[in-house]
Amino acid sequence: MISLTVILVYIIIALGVQTGLIAAHYNEKHESAKEIAPGEVRMMYREYEPPGRDFWFGTDLFGRDVFQMTLYGVRTALMIGLITSLIAIPIGVLFGAVAGYFGGIIDEIVVWFYSAVASIPSLLLLISLSLLLGRGLKGVYLAIGLTSWVSLCRLVRGEVTKIKRMEYVQAARALGASHTRIIFRHIIPNLFHLIIISFTLGFCYAIKSEVILSYLGIGVELGQPSWGNMIQTARQELLRGVWWQFGAATLAMFFIVLAFNLFGDALRDALDPRLKT
Amino acid sequence: MLRYIIRRLLYSLTLVAGVMLVLFLLYHVLGGSEMVVMRMVGKHATPQEIQNLRHMYGFDKGYPAQLREIVWKCLTFDFGRSISTRQKISTMLYEGAGPSLTLMLPAFIITVLLAISVALLCAYKRNSLFDRTIVVLSVGGMSISIMAYIILGQYLLAYKMRLFPISGYEPGLQAARYILLPLIIYVAVSTGSDVRLYRTFILNEINQDYVRTALAKGVGIMRLLFKHVLKNAMIPIITQVVIEVPFLIMGSLLLENFFGIPGLGNMSIEALGNWDFPVLMAVTYLGSLLFIVGNLLSDILYAVVDPRVRLV
Repeated sequence: MISLTVILVYIIIALGVQTGLIAAHYNEKHESAKEIAPGEVRMMYREYEPPGRDFWFGTDLFGRDVFQMTLYGVRTALMIGLITSLIAIPIGVLFGAVAGYFGGIIDEIVVWFYSAVASIPSLLLLISLSLLLGRGLKGVYLAIGLTSWVSLCRLVRGEVTKIKRMEYVQAARALGASHTRIIFRHIIPNLFHLIIISFTLGFCYAIKSEVILSYLGIGVELGQPSWGNMIQTARQELLRGVWWQFGAATLAMFFIVLAFNLFGDALRDALDPRLKT
Repeated sequence: MLRYIIRRLLYSLTLVAGVMLVLFLLYHVLGGSEMVVMRMVGKHATPQEIQNLRHMYGFDKGYPAQLREIVWKCLTFDFGRSISTRQKISTMLYEGAGPSLTLMLPAFIITVLLAISVALLCAYKRNSLFDRTIVVLSVGGMSISIMAYIILGQYLLAYKMRLFPISGYEPGLQAARYILLPLIIYVAVSTGSDVRLYRTFILNEINQDYVRTALAKGVGIMRLLFKHVLKNAMIPIITQVVIEVPFLIMGSLLLENFFGIPGLGNMSIEALGNWDFPVLMAVTYLGSLLFIVGNLLSDILYAVVDPRVRLV
């Protein structure tokens, strides 16, 4: 229940950012007047201001509010989690269901293809694809989405080979339902538990991958606040004792990933009684 | 038995072919596309520069010729020369494997042993405070980004407390100084998820009938756990371990990169920065090949140990 609340809070923040109600000034550079030499006053960025009353999580090199950047990062992270799932889940479900349902040569080809993809070290595949697709959110969506469908595909295929022998599928066929109708109306709705569990896992994977890709300079564009970009900048800042940007991004990420992990466990216990942990 | 082995072997060969196909699609079809080439040469490149680059990567040949070339390179293990360093790639692979193994082998062994012992203890004291603390800790640990472990570990332990060198590497026994911190971080990152997984495997066994029978016969709890349960739970655990072994030679990309260990992982990240497709392809192929061979070996091993497998 707590995990669901955390996820909801993050979703509300993301929606707030999307509509411009929250963190609209994330890119604003704050300045303050400082006296350089006696009598000479100059406007300066309020760079690296520690957390305080004005800036809850401090400011970065350009005097930007780290708190607002972290909130903006919520939107980026949720977008990445959502869109990569929207890419990976249809691929996995469709190929898995078709392979399991028809069997024979189609099954052999699908199994062969996902086994070959699964043999390739996943991080290398991910960074190569991301490099080729180019820096930016679109590349990140595609790279993570196209590399994370295999495990769901394998699960779905296994489940469908079992489901297709069940009476209700045979009954549907006896009534003259077409293959497409059986797959989409009768089989896929019964895979819902696999899909939702895999969605929570995929979400964590996507958020974690974004951080790695952004660190390597092939992730989200620098102008776009994301936790990965914040952690990457924070690496140099730490040496100057500026810990708040690193801490804010890491904590924000920790809570959402933890919530999804716990939520996924609870779902698994509730929906898939065979896998009691 | 022999028929089974031959069948698995042939299947593995088709997987290797599949990997080659994916590499071709990735580094030649997508990599050689207009979009990627333009980004490699930059906006203001002359047609001549574009032509040179396409020639250097072999994109100017037709797709069938490029595919033939990949297959040939993968079969002979002669990947040509690196685009950025001009070194022979096979030599680079050979030299990079050592440092990667030096870090990963001890790290992996410690992680597996630690995770199995903790998981057994958890299963032994199921639902106790200890068990719950460990489960909470491992879920919590899994939720922290690996970057946070690395950056914080390097900053606090190496930079602030000066317990370890910040980065670097020396071959031979001197390596111990440099690999200690990445090793600790590796263990910290991977033990959590392993404990959870192994604990599930062990708990699955505990609910079996033979455990109840043994308990009814009056077998002691320690003997039951270590002799009966662990032996059976080792099957899924070993499968998991065998799957991970081939990745040892690849090293951990991020750890090697942060700590300046000149292994295969670091090599791939440098290749990434230099658009060095031949090196990336060679490392990816090596990793995939090791994975397929490892799976083949474990399949055969199971068939030897468990006669039921051969019938499938």
